[in-house]
Amino acid sequence: MNAAELRGVSYVYSEHTPFCKVAVDHIDITFEEKIITGIIGHTGSGKSTVSQLLNGLLKPSEGIVEVDGKNIWEEPKKIKNVRFSVGLVFQYPEYQLFEETCYKDIAFGPKNMGLDEKEIDERVREAAEMVGLSEELFEKSPFDLSGGQKRRVAIAGIMAMRPKILILDEPAAGLDPRGRDEILSKISEYRKKTDSTVIMISHSMEDMAVYCDKILVMSNSKPYMYGTPSEVFGRAADLEAVGLTVPQVTKMMISLAEQGFDVRTDVYTVAQAKKEIERLLKQT
Amino acid sequence: MLKDITLGQYFPGNSLLHKLDPRLKLLLAVFYIVLIFLAKSAPAYILIFLFTVLIIAVSRISFGVVLRSLKPLIFVLIFTTLINVFWSNGTTVLWQLGPFAVTEEGIIRAVTMALRIVLLMASTSVILMYTTSPIALTDGIERLLSPLAKIKIPVHTFAMMMTMALRFIPTLLEETQKIINAQKARGADFDSGNVIDKAKALIPVLIPLLISQFRRAEELATAMECRCYRGGGNRTRMTVLRFALRDLFVALVVIALLAGIILLNIYFPPLLA
Repeated sequence: MNAAELRGVSYVYSEHTPFCKVAVDHIDITFEEKIITGIIGHTGSGKSTVSQLLNGLLKPSEGIVEVDGKNIWEEPKKIKNVRFSVGLVFQYPEYQLFEETCYKDIAFGPKNMGLDEKEIDERVREAAEMVGLSEELFEKSPFDLSGGQKRRVAIAGIMAMRPKILILDEPAAGLDPRGRDEILSKISEYRKKTDSTVIMISHSMEDMAVYCDKILVMSNSKPYMYGTPSEVFGRAADLEAVGLTVPQVTKMMISLAEQGFDVRTDVYTVAQAKKEIERLLKQT
Repeated sequence: MLKDITLGQYFPGNSLLHKLDPRLKLLLAVFYIVLIFLAKSAPAYILIFLFTVLIIAVSRISFGVVLRSLKPLIFVLIFTTLINVFWSNGTTVLWQLGPFAVTEEGIIRAVTMALRIVLLMASTSVILMYTTSPIALTDGIERLLSPLAKIKIPVHTFAMMMTMALRFIPTLLEETQKIINAQKARGADFDSGNVIDKAKALIPVLIPLLISQFRRAEELATAMECRCYRGGGNRTRMTVLRFALRDLFVALVVIALLAGIILLNIYFPPLLA
């Protein structure tokens, strides 16, 4: 079954004003269940709009948004429940922290769901563990933490709602390389442990290549390509046509192939490239 | 909800009105208000009405936008009209019910008052808001007030503060909307409950907003200091305001309008004695 589906969806910002802007234009997208789907595309290609359409923060101007096979706008009054089952982590989520302690901040979502104390406590501890926050930080003010830790608290705040689909908008933006890897591998572990669906928006081709099972490329308010990382990055020329690029390793393999070496060019992680080059060296 | 606020909205364009010197526009806006209240006879009212329509046409701002800017005035308009219709002293009684008398004078007063309010709002918003960028506006204010610097009033500092405040209104709105969305995604509810619940629901928005504004202010101050900003003094400008030929032309047209209204007031009887 599919986790979520957009059918013929359009969204126009500031409709009927001189500033009106089409963000997504009659798109059909299917998000597969229980995998990590990555969305890439330029600024303004409609990535963030898609994420906000999925959890009902934006109401489509046209078309149907389905989550778990159900039209989310069937009962507009119950849209809040959709936001609990489709958790959305915004870009730079650390700017939404507000509580006195990290524990309370993570508990904000579950509390809004109307759960009892015991259930909330269980979920907070579980979510904190998922993102690798130690319990000593629970009683600290979120504003005393480092940038990376704040980000984890914010992500845990969404995970604690136990959403069926977790959407993250640039979860690694602005972190140092080690912070990036840590956060992204935690997200990947989270998906396996909870057996849920994750959708991740990113600019980094390298991150996408390593962590995503499927990649959706958006361009000009429309989906442009969809497939596994090797399918998508195998079409380097098509990606470059819309101003995107392939991971650096793939670039290197392509230029090796151009120089006459017999290597595969649909390689997109360092580990695969290493194997491929070793194979080549053995041949010669 | 926040996108409905059109505070200080500027529509970029290339019309004569957009190109006018902001200093002249500030003076003109004040002068125009005086003109609106100077009209006494019917032809004078018609002249000022037509001229306002001309201003809007020249600015190439759509009439729909101008009409929408009048929306917040509807209550004031209805209120003043009703008061003028029912509580004016007049001699020509048209209709009477107990102590309430509708007189011809009352109706005329109501109509002219409403017309004045509408013209005032439309003209100032077109001249100062829609066709003048906030930067040009504060620049104009600073230059007009610059004589006050002689008596040690920090005009430049005030103008800078105003420029920055205006500059950050859209940023602030955008950020507020972002935080509201982020908290909504966590199930925050801003619409239900009583007044106290609603006020409490704002805490998750206000705290992050305040923190980010302090951070932004600090960053801005640092950035300005890095570029050696130290207030007024001998600063020069990238765009120097120059009184151009078209400014002179517009000033003359408005003076002609003043003459026209005075003449029409003299040669035609006033609407209200």
